[in-house]
Amino acid sequence: MSRTPRIATEAQQGYTFSRRAWLLGAAQIGVGAVLAGRMAWLSVAQNEHYNLLSESNRVNMTLVPPRRGWLVDRHGQPIADNRTDFRVDLIPDRIVDEERTLAALRQLLALTDEDLLRIRADLKRAAGFQPVKVAENVGWERFAAVQVRQPELPGVAPTRGFARNYPAGAAVAHLTGYVGSANAEQYRKTKDPLLLTPGFKLGKDGLEKTLEPELRGQPGARRIEVTARGKLVAELATRPDVPGKTQKLTIDAGLQEYAARRLGTNSGSAVVFDCLTGEMLCMVSMPAYDPNSFSDGISHLEWKMLSADDHVPLMNKVTQGLYPPGSTVKPMNGLALLEAGVDPNERVFCGGALRVGTGLFHCHKRRGHGAIDLRGAIAQSCDIYFYEMVRRLGYDKVAPVARAVGLGEKYDLPFSTQRYGTVPDSAWKQRKYNTRWTVADSLNASIGQGYVLANPMQLAVMAMRIASGRMIKPSLLMNQVHGDAPPLPFSAEHLQVVREGMWKVVNGGGTGGASRLFIPGVELAAKTGTAQVRRITMAERRSGVLGNAQLPFKLRDHALFVCFAPADKPRYAAAIVLEHNGHTIRNLDTPMIGRDIMTYLFDKERALKALADVEPTWGGDIRTRMAAQEAAYRAAATAPPPPQAAATETDAPAPTSAPAVERATDASNASQEATVSDIANGAGPASIGTTEPSDMQ
Amino acid sequence: MIGSSIIPAPLARLPWRMLSLVIAIASFGLVVLYSAADGNLRPWALSQGLRLVVFLCGAIVLSRVPEEVWQRGALPGYAVIVVLLFLVELLGAVRGGSQRWLDLGFIRLQPSELMKPAIVLACARFYDMLPPNETRRFGAIWPAALLIGLPAGLVMLQPDLGTGLMITGGGIVIMFLAGVPLRLFVGGALALAVAAPLAVNFLLHEYQRNRVLIFMDPESDPLGTGYHISQSKIAIGSGGITGKGFLNGTQSHLDYLPEGHTDFVFATMAEEWGLLGGLFIIVAYLMVVRWGVNVGTRARTRFGKLTAAGLATTIFFYIAINLAMVMGLAPVVGIPLPLVSFGGSAQMTVFLCLGILMSIDRSSRGEQNW
Repeated sequence: MSRTPRIATEAQQGYTFSRRAWLLGAAQIGVGAVLAGRMAWLSVAQNEHYNLLSESNRVNMTLVPPRRGWLVDRHGQPIADNRTDFRVDLIPDRIVDEERTLAALRQLLALTDEDLLRIRADLKRAAGFQPVKVAENVGWERFAAVQVRQPELPGVAPTRGFARNYPAGAAVAHLTGYVGSANAEQYRKTKDPLLLTPGFKLGKDGLEKTLEPELRGQPGARRIEVTARGKLVAELATRPDVPGKTQKLTIDAGLQEYAARRLGTNSGSAVVFDCLTGEMLCMVSMPAYDPNSFSDGISHLEWKMLSADDHVPLMNKVTQGLYPPGSTVKPMNGLALLEAGVDPNERVFCGGALRVGTGLFHCHKRRGHGAIDLRGAIAQSCDIYFYEMVRRLGYDKVAPVARAVGLGEKYDLPFSTQRYGTVPDSAWKQRKYNTRWTVADSLNASIGQGYVLANPMQLAVMAMRIASGRMIKPSLLMNQVHGDAPPLPFSAEHLQVVREGMWKVVNGGGTGGASRLFIPGVELAAKTGTAQVRRITMAERRSGVLGNAQLPFKLRDHALFVCFAPADKPRYAAAIVLEHNGHTIRNLDTPMIGRDIMTYLFDKERALKALADVEPTWGGDIRTRMAAQEAAYRAAATAPPPPQAAATETDAPAPTSAPAVERATDASNASQEATVSDIANGAGPASIGTTEPSDMQ
Repeated sequence: MIGSSIIPAPLARLPWRMLSLVIAIASFGLVVLYSAADGNLRPWALSQGLRLVVFLCGAIVLSRVPEEVWQRGALPGYAVIVVLLFLVELLGAVRGGSQRWLDLGFIRLQPSELMKPAIVLACARFYDMLPPNETRRFGAIWPAALLIGLPAGLVMLQPDLGTGLMITGGGIVIMFLAGVPLRLFVGGALALAVAAPLAVNFLLHEYQRNRVLIFMDPESDPLGTGYHISQSKIAIGSGGITGKGFLNGTQSHLDYLPEGHTDFVFATMAEEWGLLGGLFIIVAYLMVVRWGVNVGTRARTRFGKLTAAGLATTIFFYIAINLAMVMGLAPVVGIPLPLVSFGGSAQMTVFLCLGILMSIDRSSRGEQNW
């Protein structure tokens, strides 16, 4: 400020003031005009936009989750239905005072400490918009109490809806799958607000997942006027939901539950087909999870227990379990031999062992069967007969027949997880391992070991096709039963020979005598089988192969069984596969289970009575055993569960794609690889022969 | 003013045109508060109305105070309030957290509110004492800057950004009117444009910075601080030209609009009365402010001129900042709309300003005081 001041007098100062005051006034009016203009812009130019926003504030459209379509069995009996459910959720975004809210809910709903732990853990992990379950299946009194206090507990959302209900519980778990809340990723993909609606569940596995589009239905909507805190002011309009379509399955609910119970404590599966139409009457994989508790949201602890179980309850063994079919493929082998020109009456001498090259291949019967023809070889499950015949013809003659009866085939069924196994031949081996097919490969394949792998569904289809002589395709949905199937491209006479062999298995002094039916006029035709899952060392072989009862569970042989009845006029066909059963307990072994399941189809009373006699010796029915197992597991985990253990498993993969299932698959692949490498060394399962149930010979 | 024989002369000589505007605005405010309480006099309209009567009477009483009293009391008053501001700051430091008021037992005194007129009086008094030929020297600037900077800094420390800015604005207007060289203001504005982003980043509190950032993009945080602005714009925008009708606002009655009876009362009003209601408030207020500036031009003394125009501008700042805020043109800074927003502090400040303005008006007419 070194310059000489320009103004110095009071008069000039007054002039400056007037000028600047005028400027100030003008600026004020200018700002006023800007404000008025802004207001006009908001309220006139953008009026429509803001009206819309104001309306969407005021009017809350709550979606009403659609009632899910039922799954019913062939007689209309529900397999999955809906029950009325009062539930209470928390919307994390809207909670004001978490502690106060939880304290109030605890008192109103009588929540346990574990519930609270879970809710807190879930709240911490939930995206703000995602409702967190507080309680499902709440009694009316408690529900009403929460509803009354809702206005003072922002974030609490009591809703009345429907919950999925599976009357048969675990028995249908792997058939139906289960439902659950949508996860964050599913919401991101579709942006469908329905997925966020409390109480909305979608199919997570099994039929619930594959039939989701049909089962879901259309959500209803309720337009209500609400305050910012979500308090209802007035109900404006309601649009009812459109329930999902009921899906009729070919399953017989009674048979499904019976088979599940009859499998007992086994880790196994059973499939039954109607031989005339290919309708699947039951599809059981046990043990299983309870889809009811899965649909409510399963706890981490429960999930861990199921994952750790060596009976792999999370795996759908019917479609995911791949097993060496063992001797169950012998009827099919027989058919291939006949088609290749073998005379069914030609006899092969079984002396208990066969030398091929440098290797010595044994029959399961060390003393040998003597001279034996095709029917006898099937009935007695003679390994030497099939070694010799397949050695002569080569397995490449057998593989096409195996494929024709359904092995290695992927069926058009609504399951997302089907594994279809292997029907090996020389071209396949060349492709896969880039090595030549050897005689040892043929011999191992001839007794359903080595590279041969099939799932229980395929074995049942095999039985069905041999029984009916037609290329029937399996079906599960009533509206998708495949029409008339063409006959198998084999001679009817040859098929009859094979069926006679299977008849003899049960009724002619064969390996499956224990499965004989006690129903007048109905005879069972069957084939037993055993699949070895462990390597037997030369040392063990010298000192005597260990019996299954001496082995740990994981090393015991699989027990397999295919059958159809009535033998003379086939109507039903079935396959039963019991993992690591080892033929150790008679009433839990395949022949008697097969007998009872088939008996159910002809004489329900007798079958139920047979079950009632044995079930108590296994520790009660499925529910009782599962409850006992869970209690034991909880007791073993002595420390109170850490919060994450109480948390609901939201990101759990569908059971059938759980890590536990992967591990089980890996383990069986490893044993498969091991036997294969034995074969390459001229050993392998064929070198000791199949192990047939000893008490049945 | 020409009084009739029935009305006592002192009463008749009051500036009734301005007062009727003020009463009209305040009455309209009561109507809005009545609606904001869902059609109830309680808890807001009734107490606001009673306070209004008291403050109006107070302002009329103040109008009888001679201008010289304000002139002589300006600097001591300013000093007392600065001390009070220090006290508030100290108390806040002792008790932890921020504090804006002193509890005197019978009243909660908010010194920062009093500082709004006090800074105008103090600066006006400073330039009043400054010899005219000093106006363009450095000595005309730094004392004023000190006068402004001290209280503004204290208030911003509280932290109360809105009030701090208003105090600064009030002081700067006096500097401008007093004839401090224009290039200082131009240069200052340029410096501000450069410094503002830096200040936002380094000087503001977290919550203040958020408000500024969210003001730039309210939709980025629709449920947090941006919620205020979004909901306010929805209320104003959905009102249209004539509004949704008295007691029919959904934004306010369904609680979507936060602070609908205090800082965002204009949005409550606009939703029910529309653009017409808003224009009424804007125009009426501009006329009141214009009257105040005119008092300044009419005033005989330099102190009177500067004070009157400054106080009018203080009232103007309230309105401009509040309206800009509720319409999404400025960050949420917590400045109420005086006479309409519920709350005594701003009401008291405005009537204090009006009282002083009327007193200066009287003095300029050469009327007798007591």
